[in-house]
Amino acid sequence: MASVATTPARTGSAVRQGSSKSGRQLKWWQQVLYQALCLFIGATVLFPVLWIVSMSLDPRNIARPTELNLIPPGASLDAYRQVLDRPTGNPVSFAELAMNSFRLAGGVALFALLIGVSAAYAFSRFKFPGRQYAMIAVLGITVLPTVATIAPLFALLNGIRITTTLLSLSLGIAGLLAAGFGLLIIVPAWRSGTAVGSTYVLGGVALLMGLILLVTAVSPPANDVFILRNSLLGVGIAMISGALPFAIWNLKGYLDTIPKELEEAAIIDGASSNQIFLQIVLPLSTPALAVTGFLSFTAGWTEFFLSWQFLTNPQDFTLAMALYNMTGQYAGSVPWSRFAAFSILVSLPVAIVYLLLQRYIVGGLTLGGVKG
Amino acid sequence: MAATNPEVARAGTGAPRSPLSETWRQLRGPLIYLLPAALVMLTVTFYPLVFQVWMSFTDYGVIREEGKQTLNRFGPGGLPPANYRPPQGVGLQNYTDILTNEPSFVAKLGGNFDFWRILGFNLWWTFSNVGFHVSLGILIAVLLNVEGLWGRKIYRAIFILPMVLPNIVIATVWRNMFDDQYGAINQLISMIAGSPIQIRWFNQIDPPIPGIPLPLSYYAMLIANIWLGWPFMSIVATGALQSIPKEMYEAASIDGATGRQQFWSITLPLLRPAMVPAAMVGIVMTFNLFHIIYFMSGGGPLGRTEIMVTQAFRLVNVNQLYGVAAAFSVLIAAVLIPIFLITNRITRATETYDG
Repeated sequence: MASVATTPARTGSAVRQGSSKSGRQLKWWQQVLYQALCLFIGATVLFPVLWIVSMSLDPRNIARPTELNLIPPGASLDAYRQVLDRPTGNPVSFAELAMNSFRLAGGVALFALLIGVSAAYAFSRFKFPGRQYAMIAVLGITVLPTVATIAPLFALLNGIRITTTLLSLSLGIAGLLAAGFGLLIIVPAWRSGTAVGSTYVLGGVALLMGLILLVTAVSPPANDVFILRNSLLGVGIAMISGALPFAIWNLKGYLDTIPKELEEAAIIDGASSNQIFLQIVLPLSTPALAVTGFLSFTAGWTEFFLSWQFLTNPQDFTLAMALYNMTGQYAGSVPWSRFAAFSILVSLPVAIVYLLLQRYIVGGLTLGGVKG
Repeated sequence: MAATNPEVARAGTGAPRSPLSETWRQLRGPLIYLLPAALVMLTVTFYPLVFQVWMSFTDYGVIREEGKQTLNRFGPGGLPPANYRPPQGVGLQNYTDILTNEPSFVAKLGGNFDFWRILGFNLWWTFSNVGFHVSLGILIAVLLNVEGLWGRKIYRAIFILPMVLPNIVIATVWRNMFDDQYGAINQLISMIAGSPIQIRWFNQIDPPIPGIPLPLSYYAMLIANIWLGWPFMSIVATGALQSIPKEMYEAASIDGATGRQQFWSITLPLLRPAMVPAAMVGIVMTFNLFHIIYFMSGGGPLGRTEIMVTQAFRLVNVNQLYGVAAAFSVLIAAVLIPIFLITNRITRATETYDG
């Protein structure tokens, strides 16, 4: 696995080699043949993308496209405007759907990172009894699809019903704990002058988690009985069951590639393992944290089956649920130009970040990205 | 970090230690790091799995024959609703129903259920897809690695597009592309043929190739998933290709080896170490690929393209037979665990790190 982990770095350097003019010349017919092949492959790759872009610009608001054209006559952004206003039959705007997806994805990603990174550190750097079995358990879980645990998750979360006051109380306590944990990381390091970027990032993430929980605590849902299953919090908890092992495994893979020499030098200087973790390992693993967080976020951003099965209140609905309602035979009267605009709006943020992090992501995928 | 070196510590104290306190001493260091994750995983990951095994021996869910349900214990006023009854043990019945395709059980699911057909299709789906992904990925990586090819950077940037888009969007877009009346694929075929052609991609029941019992929707999804899957393999192959020293090819061409001979005896063997783990990841991913199947064919026509995970979701979402779904999921695990163990052996993923 280690050989694959170094792939992105190698790709980067070799692309630079390739662009220098040192290579041999191709015969003209070879160049023509290869260019034709590459253009054909490029056309197949771009075909669906161009189709969806051109459809989203179609101003005629016709229910279904009947012909192929790259730029439809009188192209406009009307479909985007309509989709932002009210994408489906339900009275929810795009912003509300996106906010729900964002809270779900962001919360799950932050939580998984926060407690995943320390477990990954333990797996990567300590030898302890039962380590091998614990690692097989974590990796084995990432192979099992989340869909295959939907029955017990639904049954268990459906059994948890509390009054809204109790909910606010428990959320408040959890929020205070998370915020306190964040301060505990930042304040001592700041006082002793040893704080570095990642100390603030990790502490800040914990603080942010705490604040999100506190805000949720003071703005409880309207009904007087809170059913955990029928809430974004419940979907989030169900998602954590798969996202946490994935985060641990992914981060462990990255931590394994960080050379141990720095830590050994720090031990000689008398650093404790907490100092090593916070001041040496965490700063070095910032790209890994970014990638793992992004992959968890993407999974949450487009999560479908848990939300579809769990949620019944339109104000909790997510982007993926709306997209399903707009596709194929379920589309009803939704014009395809809106479907196209909607899918572009859903993809765009994820695609942009993916391209920025691309170098790091490819290595991470081969290290442990099998969770479906 | 003294915890990683027990020998030194033991020599220091001089006294013999009991195995238990030795275990505790080794655990003390990592425990604080492991504890939060361990607690969360025990409650939200492992406990549901244990609960799932228990559920699989009960009739948990909606019991239509009796007009009862076991899901909602809380009615108005905190009392159990009238149609609630606690789940009852049914022994191995869920498993035998699934594995033997019990006729009354299949009828309850709508008549299209066949466990062995689903498993067989799922395995065929996995290996046919990964086969295309790996071979296309390697060929395109080799093509883009040809020295002197113009525009390599641009091609590489375009070819990564399928990886960048969310799976769910890809699945829904391809579903609409293959729409029989308005889809781009039929329009493209009509344009090339010069007359309107309507292929019913998702509804035609007769297999398009006689003798091979695969419906047309399988081929539609195969096309979509090939589009989705090869760029990842291509990127892995590119990384491995660029670590092959050029001297090997130079030496081979001096010895008179043709391009084809070089491909089979240098390129392919040296790509193996990188491609095998990637293919393993691909196999597990494709085996569990929910989105393409669920959003494109929905398992149709007549359940012929159902895979294990979409069927598990249908058992919960449509049939509301949670006990059966739990048993079905245990069977999914029984199929995946051997695949996982083989993968783990080949890639040596959980072996101790000594970097």
